[in-house]
Amino acid sequence: MALETIQIQEKLVESFDSVVFEFKQERDLFSFEVAADKITAVILFLKNDPTLRFHFLTDLCGIHYPDNDEEHQFAVVYHLHNWYENKRIKIKTYIKGENPEIKSISNIFLCSNWMERETYDFYGINFIGHPQLKRILNMDEMISFPMRKEFPMEDSGRTDKDDRFFGRTTDNY
Amino acid sequence: MSELLLPPEHRYAKRIKEQLNEDGSELSILNLGPTHPATHGIFQNILLMDGERILEAEPTIGYIHRAFEKIAENRPFYQITPLTDRMNYCSSPINNMGWWMTLEKLLDIEVPKRAQYLRVIVMELARITDHIICNSILGVDTGAYTGFLYVFQFREKVYEIYEEICGARLTTNMGRIGGFERDWSPKAFELLNTFLEEFPAAWKEFENLFERNRIFIDRTVNVGPISAEQAMAYGFTGPNLRAAGVDYDVRVSQPYSSYEDFDFIIPVGKSGDTYDRFCVRNAEVWESLSIIRQALAKMPEGNDFHADVPDYYLPPKEDVYTSMESLIYHFKIVMGEVPVPVAEVYHPVEGGNGELGFYLVTDGSRTPYRLHFRRPCFIYYQAYPEMIKGALLSDAIVILSSLNVIAGELDA
Repeated sequence: MALETIQIQEKLVESFDSVVFEFKQERDLFSFEVAADKITAVILFLKNDPTLRFHFLTDLCGIHYPDNDEEHQFAVVYHLHNWYENKRIKIKTYIKGENPEIKSISNIFLCSNWMERETYDFYGINFIGHPQLKRILNMDEMISFPMRKEFPMEDSGRTDKDDRFFGRTTDNY
Repeated sequence: MSELLLPPEHRYAKRIKEQLNEDGSELSILNLGPTHPATHGIFQNILLMDGERILEAEPTIGYIHRAFEKIAENRPFYQITPLTDRMNYCSSPINNMGWWMTLEKLLDIEVPKRAQYLRVIVMELARITDHIICNSILGVDTGAYTGFLYVFQFREKVYEIYEEICGARLTTNMGRIGGFERDWSPKAFELLNTFLEEFPAAWKEFENLFERNRIFIDRTVNVGPISAEQAMAYGFTGPNLRAAGVDYDVRVSQPYSSYEDFDFIIPVGKSGDTYDRFCVRNAEVWESLSIIRQALAKMPEGNDFHADVPDYYLPPKEDVYTSMESLIYHFKIVMGEVPVPVAEVYHPVEGGNGELGFYLVTDGSRTPYRLHFRRPCFIYYQAYPEMIKGALLSDAIVILSSLNVIAGELDA
């Protein structure tokens, strides 16, 4: 019997109550939100529960929402996949803007090691419990976190390009 | 060795001081890369070695990091394909098509069957070139140069087909939202048919050269094996995972672009070693050829090569000069002023190396709010230190080429 999204939702609500919320079907992807402090427990449950069996971490990445309120400045997105039932889910967690931190899932999924390092590298999100949280793609000497929206893509002192003529504005990040 | 590459307080330096072997020999550090001709790409690995055995490895990546995700946040949607080209540059069309399919999923665009089949053909050609490169370079690393030179001619033939389809060879920037930028010319089909006639014999010869070759078998069997459990834990997908015996393939599990219409098998290996990876890729080339033949045979009549979506698909240039409506659409598309819903989509495709995913978050503006590429190389390369532990230095090179880590995709 195929794994239905309603089953996933019921099981999660039964075990975690209000920690999981905002269940919705986004095109072909079933998604929901999890309170940041319970993320490891929820992911561990999803991985080990005998009916859910989300045993594969497809993707992990961060998103910056500078326009949100202070508690929802950053999001970490997890894509899990159950190959037995061929079911994908997306989990989103919001974290605060000042010193963003979240528990690492690197002891649940080995492959999340570098993905978390990448997210740290780009957004400065501190993954608590990560074995080696340091920059991965950018150089160690860098002090800023380049994927944050306030970080300009180009040198603002450039004069050889005038993007106004192409429908772009200088702050169109 | 410069301090940047190996600072004096490196943990290996300490270990060398502490560990003294009985025969008086001591451990050594070898800095492999970043630009070493044997690594085919920019990979740095600091190896702790006991004689010729690797005890530990520490990879450093990011040497060709070009911040594609950041650039993508500043580009209209149709300007992002050239970025995807430069990820896995051995199979650019797969990346291009994956990106267009992500957008089509976002915009709910139904692509005509014929365009879907054309996409399947070009994606399978890309897979073939990807595997040609990986397997023939693996041959080079084990000392067989001839096979490489021989099959590389056929990569050229495939590039000529690309050239006929889109005008470019390596970084193809192929396709548009809803299909292709132009219909395939008769010449493209002619080249494709010639390729289908000539390539199988050459590939058979290439296989014969290696598959039962004593030297090759000695160099690859049981070199860099990885178990299925470990491969899955490390996030392996694609041929490297299938070599370990797991038949996961996005083309079958979530068929896109009408892959469900074709009959093909997923070749799997057993031990996940270098030899199995080689054989799985070889077998996949045959499957790809069969898919291309099926697509040609089943190709629907007509000349549909794109969906009818004037909001996103550029009108023919001659109409732009003569009709008002086309001019408006042309202007709006070029300026990036196209209607885009606020949504989040994830679209996976089976790339040359595994599941290539596009996670796109839009806020209704002209550019993506966030675009994340799930790059298979980036995810499975973290298993490399584990895989070369205890291996010889020359094996490490062979394992790296058999994993087919493409620097462009690794660093994005």
